[in-house]
Amino acid sequence: MVNPTFRITGLDAFYGNKHVLKNINIDILPNAVTALIGPSGCGKSTFIRSLNRINDLILTFRREGKVCYHNQDIYAKDVDVVELRRRVGMVFQKPNPFPKSIYDNIAYCLKVHGIKDKDKIDATVESSLKKAALWDEVKNSLRQNALTLSGGQQQRLCIARTLAVEPEVILFDEPCSSLDPISTAKIEELIHQLKQSYTLIIVTHNMQQAARVSDFAGFFLLGELIEFDKTDKIFTAPKDKRTEDYITGRFG
Amino acid sequence: MRIRLFKEFIIEKLIFLSGIASILFVILIFVFLLKEGLSFFKEINLFKFISGKHWYPISEPEQFGILPMILGSLLVTLGAIIFAVPLSIGAAFYISEVAPGKIKDILKAGIEMLAAIPSVVLGFIGMITLVPLVKNVLHLPTGLTAFSGSIMLGLMSMPTIISISEDAINAVPKSYKEGALALGATRWQAMYRVTIYAALPGIIAASMLGIGRVIGETMAVMMITGNAAVIPHTFFQPVRTLTATIAAEMGETVYGSMHYYSLFAIGIILFIITFIINITADMVLHRKHK
Ligand SMILES: Nc1ncnc2c1ncn2[C@@H]1O[C@H](COP(=O)(O)OP(=O)(O)OP(=O)(O)O)[C@@H](O)[C@H]1O
Ligand SMILES: [Mg+2]
Repeated sequence: MVNPTFRITGLDAFYGNKHVLKNINIDILPNAVTALIGPSGCGKSTFIRSLNRINDLILTFRREGKVCYHNQDIYAKDVDVVELRRRVGMVFQKPNPFPKSIYDNIAYCLKVHGIKDKDKIDATVESSLKKAALWDEVKNSLRQNALTLSGGQQQRLCIARTLAVEPEVILFDEPCSSLDPISTAKIEELIHQLKQSYTLIIVTHNMQQAARVSDFAGFFLLGELIEFDKTDKIFTAPKDKRTEDYITGRFG
Repeated sequence: MRIRLFKEFIIEKLIFLSGIASILFVILIFVFLLKEGLSFFKEINLFKFISGKHWYPISEPEQFGILPMILGSLLVTLGAIIFAVPLSIGAAFYISEVAPGKIKDILKAGIEMLAAIPSVVLGFIGMITLVPLVKNVLHLPTGLTAFSGSIMLGLMSMPTIISISEDAINAVPKSYKEGALALGATRWQAMYRVTIYAALPGIIAASMLGIGRVIGETMAVMMITGNAAVIPHTFFQPVRTLTATIAAEMGETVYGSMHYYSLFAIGIILFIITFIINITADMVLHRKHK
């Protein structure tokens, strides 16, 4: 049995008094794609946002239970959150490129990590844009403001930016929710390639997408993890009636 | 259908009117200034007016040189900018990004109060506290200096700069900051390279408004800067500003005299200086964010 990248035990999460995650237990395995599905408002975003502690920014957020990353509790006092977020990257639901040029969006990540060498930056800008399947579309306009790109291009830029940091894990929160089928296909293809070298967690509302790209799948409902298993099991022989109802479209 | 179109028409025209009203007022004021001030320039050469070193409007022969006041205004304004702009931007960041809830509310309320104090009161307080302090600490013959004026004006412009910058910083989408932090940026790196960058147009506009207040301020400078119409050589000597000259002498002039018109001419110069500053700021902004 391989060591899990993340081991989450008894995780509860709250916004103020609102209890949004209830006793979540889950192991995330390395070099695999884990898909999280469930109806809107069931806590999927809250869950993945607790894995890189980006939810710390929300003042009312509170959690109990353990989130271990390589056997290290990430909510322990002595944890270096900046280093954690460098190793656990995140692509947000809504594309959020910085209001800078395409080039600077990626160069920013490198500067943040102390890389000043111009050649190195140029090389990384190119390689990460290539990995994110955006290079051919923007190679002649790297100085253009990133906000002028289309939504799908912006999202791929955000992915490129995340790749430039060379994390170990990438969290995707509905990366395709605002994209057309062609961009979606490109991103799915990308996820497929990234699996070789990264651990991926993806939240999606699209059942076909979850079935296509993931190795493991978890079904959330009202803050509880109802079922977690290999993707083909979840989609062909779910153990729980509610999972079956959801994936066959009978509710939600 | 008719009625709806008519309503649209009225609303459109009303909005248009309020839009041009402000421009109209500016033009009216400028025309009035020109009308009163231009007759002055028939007698006195503009260049001589600006570069003249002596201001003796009522002696014989009278001399109208406003260079000391232009320099006085610039010196006091520059000092106020150097003092107030960085401090205000820092304060705005502290309030919007760092301060915990309670402190934030207290600070915001305090700043709004500061903005509400009339400038005469501030000038008076400055006169009895700041002026002696400057004199004693720096061992100067008098505390009525450009330096004191800069500090006082800086303080007066801070509420404007802070609250508008703070709005600009708050208006930066939270997703930018989240994006930066998720990439492993430290809090400071996210603030410095992303939030400030995105809020920059607003911060510059805030500073311009603050500076506008400094240049136009009259009462407080009149009470604190010493009002000596001589060319300043250091920060630590009395100066007189353009605004203070107008305010101090307007009451004593004979209507229609050269002295009277000269004050309007100063108004024109002041107007032009402010105008140039605004245009420059606009150009800087547009080049940066086209
Ligand atoms: N900042 C917040 N403050 C208070 N409540 C919040 C906050 N963010 C989310 N919630 C609540 O927590 C619950 C879970 O939200 P979450 O965003 O995790 O759901 P989700 O599964 O990602 O939904 P979606 O599929 O619509 O993105 C919801 O009921 C939501 O209203
Ligand atoms: Mg969500």
